[in-house]
Amino acid sequence: MSDSASTNSPLAYRVVIGLEVHVQLKTQTKLFCRCSTRFGQSPNTQVCPVCLGLPGALPVLNLHAIELAARAGEALHCELALFTKWDRKNYFYPDLPKGYQTSQFDLPICVGGYLDIPIRVPSDNAAEAATLSENMVKRIRLVRAHLEEDAGKSMHDERAGRADTRIDLNRAGTPLLEIVSEPDLSSAEEAKDYLSELRLIMVYLGISDGNMQEGSLRADANVNLHIERDGETIPTPIVEIKNLNSFRSVERAIEYEVERQYREFLRTGLAMGQSPKQTRGWDDVLGQTDLQREKEDAADYRYFPCPDLVPVQLTEQQRESAKSESQFTPDRYRNVLLHTHALKETDAEILIQQGRDVVEYFVELVRAGATPKRASAWMLQDVLRHLNDHHTSIDHYPIPAPKLAELLVAIEQGKVDTSQAKQALAKILDDPSIGVATAIELLGIVRVDVSETEVLCKELLAENPDVIDKVKAGNTKAVAALVGQAKKKNRNADPRVIQEICLKMIANM
Amino acid sequence: MFDSRLSLQTLRESIANRSISCREIAEFFWARIEKHNAAINAIVAIDPEIAIESAKDIDRRLANGEALPALAGLPISIKDILCTRQGTTTCGSKMLAKYQSPFDAHLVIRLYDSGAIVMGKTNLDEFAMGGSTENSIFGPSRNPWDNSRTCGGSSGGSAAAVAAGLSPASIGTDTGGSIRQPASFCGVCGIKPTYGRVSRYGLIAYGSSLDVAGAFAHTVEDLALVLTSIAGHDPRDSTCLPDPVPNYAEEIRQAPKNLRIGVVREHLEDNGLDNELREALHASIETYKRLGASIVDISLPHSKYCIPTYYIIAPCEASSNLSRYDGAHYGFRAEPDPKTTSASPLESMYENTRSQGFGAEVRRRILLGTYALSAGYYDAYYLKALKVRRLIRKDYDAAFEKVDVLLGPTTPRPAFRLGEKINDPVQLYLEDLFTVGANLAGIPALSIPIGQTRSGLPLGMQLQAPPLRESTLLAAGHWYQQQTGYVPSIPPAFAAS
Repeated sequence: MSDSASTNSPLAYRVVIGLEVHVQLKTQTKLFCRCSTRFGQSPNTQVCPVCLGLPGALPVLNLHAIELAARAGEALHCELALFTKWDRKNYFYPDLPKGYQTSQFDLPICVGGYLDIPIRVPSDNAAEAATLSENMVKRIRLVRAHLEEDAGKSMHDERAGRADTRIDLNRAGTPLLEIVSEPDLSSAEEAKDYLSELRLIMVYLGISDGNMQEGSLRADANVNLHIERDGETIPTPIVEIKNLNSFRSVERAIEYEVERQYREFLRTGLAMGQSPKQTRGWDDVLGQTDLQREKEDAADYRYFPCPDLVPVQLTEQQRESAKSESQFTPDRYRNVLLHTHALKETDAEILIQQGRDVVEYFVELVRAGATPKRASAWMLQDVLRHLNDHHTSIDHYPIPAPKLAELLVAIEQGKVDTSQAKQALAKILDDPSIGVATAIELLGIVRVDVSETEVLCKELLAENPDVIDKVKAGNTKAVAALVGQAKKKNRNADPRVIQEICLKMIANM
Repeated sequence: MFDSRLSLQTLRESIANRSISCREIAEFFWARIEKHNAAINAIVAIDPEIAIESAKDIDRRLANGEALPALAGLPISIKDILCTRQGTTTCGSKMLAKYQSPFDAHLVIRLYDSGAIVMGKTNLDEFAMGGSTENSIFGPSRNPWDNSRTCGGSSGGSAAAVAAGLSPASIGTDTGGSIRQPASFCGVCGIKPTYGRVSRYGLIAYGSSLDVAGAFAHTVEDLALVLTSIAGHDPRDSTCLPDPVPNYAEEIRQAPKNLRIGVVREHLEDNGLDNELREALHASIETYKRLGASIVDISLPHSKYCIPTYYIIAPCEASSNLSRYDGAHYGFRAEPDPKTTSASPLESMYENTRSQGFGAEVRRRILLGTYALSAGYYDAYYLKALKVRRLIRKDYDAAFEKVDVLLGPTTPRPAFRLGEKINDPVQLYLEDLFTVGANLAGIPALSIPIGQTRSGLPLGMQLQAPPLRESTLLAAGHWYQQQTGYVPSIPPAFAAS
């Protein structure tokens, strides 16, 4: 597949991307000590001799991190290692207080696996798009996923005349799962989709809070091009772009890098192996990648097994529980929404992206009697708007699902119409203590019985002979014009019932 | 004749029958330290007031009729590589010359819980790297039997302190022989327990897979008493063994029955073995025979690989363990070189800090380990060393199918002269020939005095036992001491109290 960017150049190329994603695990405490992992605390307040790397301190493994990593491994179809161990990655940096990072080198906890992303078809290729069924996915293979401890943060004091660097070690020792993909991604958009789906899985399964602003998900992208020239495929040197902290920066950095590598190739003609592997940093403000180092002077990490920790062998029970905990993936809920509840794909996806609790709320509405279609419409319009406006999450939404379902069922039963129901919803949101029935009553809504409505309809038809003519001519929608007048005569009249009765009366005329 | 006032067991009985107070004991040893320490430089830091206050507290508890723990009122010195909140914890290094630990090592807590009076920190080779206690910012410690000679190392200060009667017992650490070799040179008993038997939490790491803390005392009985108090599980050390700790002091009272002793052929027949030492060892074997033990000839075919294996594994681990001393967070920091052109100021600070903060031997081992772990060398050195280590362990496993303990020399020769080997690291490394095997295999080993050379230097015998068989090991040593009655006296120069 040739990239659209190649249209303004004589050479066709394919983009090759592999992602390394660091997922911060949602444990209460750090990987090898009991310090809190809470974000945003005053610098160096969540530290102890172990994560400060003081002489004589020793690490003790947080087993919850192993459980979460195993759960992630199951969800990503990895093979869980029977035996996994810890290795030291040695390098000097002020935010690495021990002078080594405890990580996993040759025996990671998860091996292989894959993640499916939706197939993206360039918009100018409608023909190809039409041949793909909705459910087509692209499978991105994974190399491995391993556990490691995070480093601290260096804060460079950039005030004039100061060259101080301050170190905050609150984050040092926080557990990370590094998930490494094969170079199966072929565009910035795919990379973004991959990261987005990966994040969603981690959040659905409670493995990570997925909070990008707080650095809970950080990606490094390995990017190069396979350029077609004179019937040959020439790979350009691989560039690693470090520390991409948002979906947007992943997309922009890769787009930038693709352009840059293409121009570089035209200029130098250098292929992979002819120039060293580069590490580049993404500058979000300037919108460009900058050279950080070239492989020749890259560190030799001198990995060796950490003698302070014992190897980990997952028990049968740990495997079983990882398997059962890993079932609740976004894909599983997509299936439920699309196939059990027959939602439109776009609607389903909006709900899915809101997270598992929102989807669970929807499912509960349906279970309590709301029709899926109405439940989804109300979720998308009313519930999500409220959450957005109030910057809150579904677990803080004042109306529990059974109560909202009661209101939706009232519409279904014709007790209220949609606009009345929305007024009732507003009343309940104002005072969550009142019940659905009370809210309806407070609106003065009284159910108008059928005979009363029939009298009303006769009156309306007598007053509007033109409507009768139009309906008889085949324009049944003309009857809607009567609803407004009906409401003036009786504000409790149900528009749907009025239309039904009028149509029936006209048909019998 | 050994002055029994210096044994823990006797002191304990004297405290129990109120013939002496704990305060008097603390004052007695404090006076000895004041009088004699300058000659040997064994104890490098001490706070006598705190020690005497703690002793008075034990006396008060005793007066209140409280049941007191096993080491109540007994002064014990500890190697300055074990973290103590009190005072500094220096590792004998400029790097940590002013370092104060915010926590006590696990075994220090256990000593306090046992009522011991922590009295002084002892000299050592910098970061426990060395076999002569010459690599220390405090200067060398000296052998109480001949102060022109080394007391051994790296726990040399502890061995010398016990030998000179400055401390009835002392805690050391042993990575390749650092307890047994100085014990042998100074004519005292020293035990290196099974790897993981004593928590390493608060033991500042040298070679983490080899390091273990143990004890020095005049008698095996006293070692049993101390080991019972410091051994046992600690959840803060993942490599610490959960097995219950027997009361070793009780267990050794029974004379071993049908004891099978293996004589390590490779050790006894080593060409470098001192003749007087060989004679003394043969005499000890005869003693055991006479007592009814069976003597079995044993081969440890991979013995000759112990030194090279050890000097790969220990420096590799050390190179990583000592990375944390970089000047960034605590300890010594040197300024970056203002003229630096090739390195960043940060790199220059690292370079200067580590080249000025560490002594030559520590730098040598860091470089050795860094080299051996580097890309392209890892398989040939570190990985191969791990494989040989397994073979060495298998040798021991096979031997212990035939015998209960192994007997041999602790060191090839008695104490050498200070300065003799300081410029010849390989000669110094070869001193560890008989001791490193136990560290590589993780098994317990004991050194006990078996005599003196004609010139008066102590000679030591090493006993080794299978993992967690400290009871057998100590029983065999205790039996020997009881039957021979041989416990070296205090060297004449230190006899005056």
